[in-house]
Amino acid sequence: MSDDTENWGALSELPGNPLMWVLILSELMVFGAFFAAFSVSRVLHPAMFLADQVRLDRLVGGVNTMLLLTSGLAAALAVNARGMGDIRRCRLWLGGAALLGLGFLGVKLAEYSDKAAQGFGIETDTFWTLFYLMTGFHAAHVVLGLVIMAIVVWKPSLENVETCVSFWHMVDLIWVLLYPIVYLIR
Amino acid sequence: MKYDSQKVALYYFAGALVLFVAQILFGLVIGTIVVLPNTLSELLPFNIARMIHTNALIVWLLMGFFGASYYLIPEEAETELYSTRLAIVQFWLFLIGAAAAVVGYLFHIHEGREFLEQPLWIKLAIVVVALMFLFNITMTVLKGRKTAITNILLLGLWGIAVFFLFSLYNPANLIMDKIFWWWVVHLWVEGVWELVMASILAFLMIKLTGVDREVVEKWLYVIIGLALFSGILGTGHHYYWIGTPGYWQWIGSVFSTLEVAPFFAMVVFTFMMVWKGGRAHPNKAALLWSLGCSVFAFFGAGVWGFLHTLAPVNYITHGTQITAAHGHLAFYGAYVMINIAIMTYAMPNILKREPYNQLLNMWGFWITSSGVTFMTFALTFAGVVQSHLQRVLGMGFMEVQEQLSLFYWMRLGAGLATFIGVVLIVWSLVVPGKAKQVGRVAAQPAE
Repeated sequence: MSDDTENWGALSELPGNPLMWVLILSELMVFGAFFAAFSVSRVLHPAMFLADQVRLDRLVGGVNTMLLLTSGLAAALAVNARGMGDIRRCRLWLGGAALLGLGFLGVKLAEYSDKAAQGFGIETDTFWTLFYLMTGFHAAHVVLGLVIMAIVVWKPSLENVETCVSFWHMVDLIWVLLYPIVYLIR
Repeated sequence: MKYDSQKVALYYFAGALVLFVAQILFGLVIGTIVVLPNTLSELLPFNIARMIHTNALIVWLLMGFFGASYYLIPEEAETELYSTRLAIVQFWLFLIGAAAAVVGYLFHIHEGREFLEQPLWIKLAIVVVALMFLFNITMTVLKGRKTAITNILLLGLWGIAVFFLFSLYNPANLIMDKIFWWWVVHLWVEGVWELVMASILAFLMIKLTGVDREVVEKWLYVIIGLALFSGILGTGHHYYWIGTPGYWQWIGSVFSTLEVAPFFAMVVFTFMMVWKGGRAHPNKAALLWSLGCSVFAFFGAGVWGFLHTLAPVNYITHGTQITAAHGHLAFYGAYVMINIAIMTYAMPNILKREPYNQLLNMWGFWITSSGVTFMTFALTFAGVVQSHLQRVLGMGFMEVQEQLSLFYWMRLGAGLATFIGVVLIVWSLVVPGKAKQVGRVAAQPAE
């Protein structure tokens, strides 16, 4: 552990840079607040939410779940490889994780354009506002994760890899909660 | 104080204190006009006096930030200031510009855009002053030691200048006007000013508590991370009802709620440092202001901000006295107190005075803080009554104002107490405490 990562109290025990964990906790609070807002709005407008929710394609969401979780596996294997000192394999796994992340974004874009073509925009009603905000914020974090991965492929110290992959797993985690809340539970 | 050029901060602190007194005096004037509406109605209309009250506040806080930077940057960077002369020229330019603006206001020369009322040429002069300042301190840091405190302070100060540029953009479309107006107003006080505040607070903690720099720096990074994370998108809480799309109600509500976090972190930070530090620094008053700053900022900016930040609540309370209550306690807690904290720490060092009029200064702390707190409660109750009568029952604005007059009288009384406290603070900082000083010097050899 480098000097930067010592003496952070509870955060010192976590992999990667402690400041990343401050960000991760902040992100979980933001998405938690959005999940709560979504659930409360759904209780207040059950008919609207049901009518809109059936327009979502659960299969598309399912495919994206698989893409992102597989990407998470590749990222975890990158940490493993780096831990064993194999920088080349670490970079390859990170590249694989990034490709799957790009795949997620491709599917997301196709989904957005399909919904937009059907006339569902961010201002259509509360359901669509929250749908676009929550999935949009999440997708923005996928993009940020890809940027961090690119930097880490360039500078693959163990701390950097752990920091990057911690963030990437948070992106996974949020999706795994978002998918059932928005797509599945009716 | 280790470097001679730190003395230049004294110009800025003196200028800031003069404007501080002026700001409170004009506050008393408008507080009086609210309860006795014909007061000075020909000579000094309410809107002009209010402009001076708010503009003087912003200018003196900025002047205090400049002074704080000139004091702490040489000490942190371990080198003399790049140019003392440039700092003095900058001070007079800024002071003359501010005075010219105020005189212009008295003759009704202003642009009428709330808080950014300065005529264009004054705004341009402010940009020039800012560039002189940034050049001076950036060159100082570049030739000296770079610490987390100097880096974050520079980031905050550069941010202040960059966002001020949006005051020059004045579109005819009222929605666009408001959108970018908030880029100055919100991204200053709920964004980059917090970086300045946190770095000054960090400097004071290192000096007053003796806690290791490494520990303080970690807290500083967490605090500014939280401030930017919540504050930037928190701008959305100003985009609820100005003609912007409805999704801002969600973005604004969620992110601005988290704006409490950096202020809460500052409370934990300051108290942890004092608890861990164990150094009994002789300047007790500076420590009192530092701790008071984090606590009052947490309540004023954090709690009173959250009170009306959620869109469904703000739908009812928008633009009522709730906003005024929040405005007063937040500015006092966050930015007035951090300025008085650094002045209370630095001025005795610059003036080479043994801990001076500490007791008087601390009386000033308690009286001013009590005054502002009482004012905040009076305005909060006024705002609750106003929200209900005006927004829920649908009574007319002026009819409701009459119902609030008791609260407005209490606010004026609280303002008077605040003024007395401010006089004590300024007196304690400017006038040496002779009798005590002699006593202390005489007592020292016996220890």
